[in-house]
Amino acid sequence: MSLTVAGAPPAAPPAPAPPGPAPSESDAPARPSPTGPAPARTAPARTGVRATARISAVADGRGGTALPLLAGEGPLALRRTRGTAAEAGVMLVGAMSAPLGGDHLTVEAATGPGARLALASAAATLALPGRGGAPARYDVRLTLAGDSALRWLPEPLVSVRGSDLRVRTRAELAPTARLLLREEQVLGRTGEAPGLLRSRLTVTRDGRPLLDQELACGPGAPGGWDGPAGLAGHRALGQLLVVDPAFAASAPTAAVLGEFAAVTPLAGPAVLVTALAPDALRLREVLDAACRTYGW
Amino acid sequence: MSLAALLVLADGRFPAGGHAHSGGAEAACKAGRIHDAATLEEFCRGRLHTAGLTAAGLAAAAALGLDPAVLDAAADARTPSPALRAAARRLGRQLLRAARAPWPAAELDALAAAFPRGAHQPVVLGLTARAAGLGPPEAAHVAAYESVSGPATATVRLLGLDPFEASGVLARLAPELDAVSDRAARAAHRARREGPGALPAASSPLLDIAAEVHADWPVRLFAS
Repeated sequence: MSLTVAGAPPAAPPAPAPPGPAPSESDAPARPSPTGPAPARTAPARTGVRATARISAVADGRGGTALPLLAGEGPLALRRTRGTAAEAGVMLVGAMSAPLGGDHLTVEAATGPGARLALASAAATLALPGRGGAPARYDVRLTLAGDSALRWLPEPLVSVRGSDLRVRTRAELAPTARLLLREEQVLGRTGEAPGLLRSRLTVTRDGRPLLDQELACGPGAPGGWDGPAGLAGHRALGQLLVVDPAFAASAPTAAVLGEFAAVTPLAGPAVLVTALAPDALRLREVLDAACRTYGW
Repeated sequence: MSLAALLVLADGRFPAGGHAHSGGAEAACKAGRIHDAATLEEFCRGRLHTAGLTAAGLAAAAALGLDPAVLDAAADARTPSPALRAAARRLGRQLLRAARAPWPAAELDALAAAFPRGAHQPVVLGLTARAAGLGPPEAAHVAAYESVSGPATATVRLLGLDPFEASGVLARLAPELDAVSDRAARAAHRARREGPGALPAASSPLLDIAAEVHADWPVRLFAS
């Protein structure tokens, strides 16, 4: 299958492997210079690309946040962005079209005690079909120490026709940590049928489960995914999760935002805004409004 | 395993209060998303593979003897809608009351003491199955079946749908019900080794949203 992607760089011809350990090792040492030229897609399509981006944010002791570890790899390049006095900013920049089927991408971000980090992405992520038919994997691991705050606000994930992607997002929070997390999933580009998208979001706080959700949609998903108890024809779905210890004292109340969005306080100091929409634009409007109300 | 005990537990006339809940069908009928047997079937299919699978996994794990408090916390994390959490606890409390008469057991007494406001219904269902001498596959089957029988029965009352057609919907879903139950029971065994994170967490955003919309109505026929 050879779908081309608007705006994505064409796959480069095979280039010499980068020095050092094979890029398929997930424990490969971090690249010292994440700002180097975008690496070419070196791995054969059969096995796919394995890449991990690592970010570590720590309080610098002067009221700000330092980034002692900022290491992109393969399709996951990282750029430091202008933050605020207290909060460091990092942008995830797609350096090649990914994930294709067979790829395994991982983003790991950790905030140390008192650190504040905002993590965003420069563009939508397109899940693309691979040559071998193997699913692609995208893992996100967020670890938040006490009194730290992390905003994870990536652009939408677009499930392209013929693709097969499994997304696994895990966030582990200390009891006093704050998390703002947005997830947007768009089924197909404009007018296009979607691929198969399976995702699971697991959030634990103090080692206890706070939110655990699995979603499967697209051809090959269990029956009824687009029916009256599924997406009912909507092509964009998303959620905004805000975990804030302050909610223990004054929790947001449950609310309905029209027929296809709701604000639901969880069984812990957290609120989840869930929305279905016809497209990504209208989804973002709902989640942006929720972000202004409950986020920071 | 007593097949008769399974029939008693799965009987719609078992006085556990399930008849007052539509499993989201009332909101879906009002919105026009369920309007005939075909749309009821798609609704039930979607619910079976999401909320049904998740409930079946919890029930199977409880029947296997996993810590009910841990499973109740896992159920909370899998139920973002406060309206659905409240309904699950109310149904759990009613089921526990009904279960302790025919199947008295120390585990059910302990659960009632630990959760005076009610534990999540699938957890109670699993422990009830255990007290009745049933195993994880049977507990999963009852939970999966309840996830579709509730909406089917409610739609007969809401739309005046032909009861024969509603039964046809349930019969056509039987192979998928078996598959979901098997998957849930297998996950329960994995959860015994790996913890409750191995249990299914399948969810439907629309069911969660519609449950909150439904809870907002001033007048409704069903509690959820």
